[in-house]
Amino acid sequence: MIGMNGYQFYWSIVWDSLPLLLAGAWVTIQITILAFIVGTLIAMPMAVARQQGEGWAYRFSTWWVELSRNTPAVFQLYLFYFGLGAFHINIPSYAAVLISVSFNNAGYMTEIFRGGLNAIPRQQLSASRSLGMTSPQSFIHVIFPQMFKVIFLAYVTQGIWGMLNTSLGMLVGLQELSGATQYAQSASFRTFEFFLVTALIYYVIAKGLQFSSQLAFRLIYRS
Amino acid sequence: MIRISNVQKAFGSVIVLKGIDLTIEKGELVCLIGASGSGKSTLLQCINGLEPIQGGEILVDGISVHDPKTDINKLRCKLGIVFQQYNAFPHLTALENVALAPRVVAKRSRAEARALAQKHLEHVGLGDKGDSLPSQLSGGQQQRLAIARALAMEPSYMLFDEVTSALDPELVGEVLETMRLLKSEGMTMVVVTHDINFARESADRVAFLCQGEVCEIGTAEEVIDHPRKEQTQKFLRREKRTPLEIVKSSVA
Repeated sequence: MIGMNGYQFYWSIVWDSLPLLLAGAWVTIQITILAFIVGTLIAMPMAVARQQGEGWAYRFSTWWVELSRNTPAVFQLYLFYFGLGAFHINIPSYAAVLISVSFNNAGYMTEIFRGGLNAIPRQQLSASRSLGMTSPQSFIHVIFPQMFKVIFLAYVTQGIWGMLNTSLGMLVGLQELSGATQYAQSASFRTFEFFLVTALIYYVIAKGLQFSSQLAFRLIYRS
Repeated sequence: MIRISNVQKAFGSVIVLKGIDLTIEKGELVCLIGASGSGKSTLLQCINGLEPIQGGEILVDGISVHDPKTDINKLRCKLGIVFQQYNAFPHLTALENVALAPRVVAKRSRAEARALAQKHLEHVGLGDKGDSLPSQLSGGQQQRLAIARALAMEPSYMLFDEVTSALDPELVGEVLETMRLLKSEGMTMVVVTHDINFARESADRVAFLCQGEVCEIGTAEEVIDHPRKEQTQKFLRREKRTPLEIVKSSVA
């Protein structure tokens, strides 16, 4: 196939490398889902702490939010990969990407969750505490289920953003989707074809995340 | 028995309760009346420890509510409370609203909790509404749901915080009816209300709160029909007028 400016597309070489790309995509999906879960679990208590407005937990989560949201994601990855390496703490690139994307997710999600918590009437907490529920029980059974309904769209968007951030794995030698693509194209220099196909795979993964989370939303909230 | 002795409460520099003394006996229905800002609702929220106090003591069955050593979550199981703004959990069906605390706090099995919830929904006349979401219920139904939810913890005392104030007039009756039912079953109740007629008909004793103090206390007949203190008389004259009269007098 010949493109507009005489560029000759050469697809079969991409086709031959497809198993490599799909293996990379699988790593991307793994890290995306794990970082989504880890980010969520960290962001839930941090959002509550941020709401308190004082105390060590508030200060800790505020620092986390400030660092994760106001520095480049690539800087955060380098900090965990090379920065820790400087202290002779060597972690595999897979772990470094997982930790840095989780770190970034948690920061953004904390602020998304905090906005959601602000939308829940204070009396919901009074009502659940007055039934004898502890504070954690109240948040788990009463507050968070309502919060997730409010922030759902922004929350899923952050999950997809986290997925895109995993592509930084390429810079620390991880064979996730981008890393695998980089590796495959370096042998043939068919950069355009490879990254077009890779972009398409990212798109499909993003849509898959979006649809499956919408399905989960409907099942959970009966709406 | 609930024994409130010399309770003081302030929000910042604003003193809301200036040494309240009040004892509520088992099986009694005590109404707290008074103008807005007199501290009635605050006192109620102090009784189950939702609000901290700055002085004095509240004992529920001999257990100090604000003692840091008290297991407040355990104590709250004895004290049901119903709020002005129903506060139904909007993401749960009526049945799940009632079954939640028995399952999570009282550690009953899912089936047990659901059976218990159904029993209490029927008790307040919502037996057929178990699958409805709160948004599908009227204000009166949501308020009865809140009563059923509190009752499901099988409390010894029920606290009512202006439970009919947010309701449309035609829905007030069904909630008061439910409260009379509880009274007839011997429930001990503390009721903060602006409904002087309810207080007169149902209360064993009425306490009039004024500027953070119990100004006058006695039977409904004593306090409402023959008030001795001037503040009480003044308050009741205002409360007994219809809203239309208040509008007319403020225009004139």
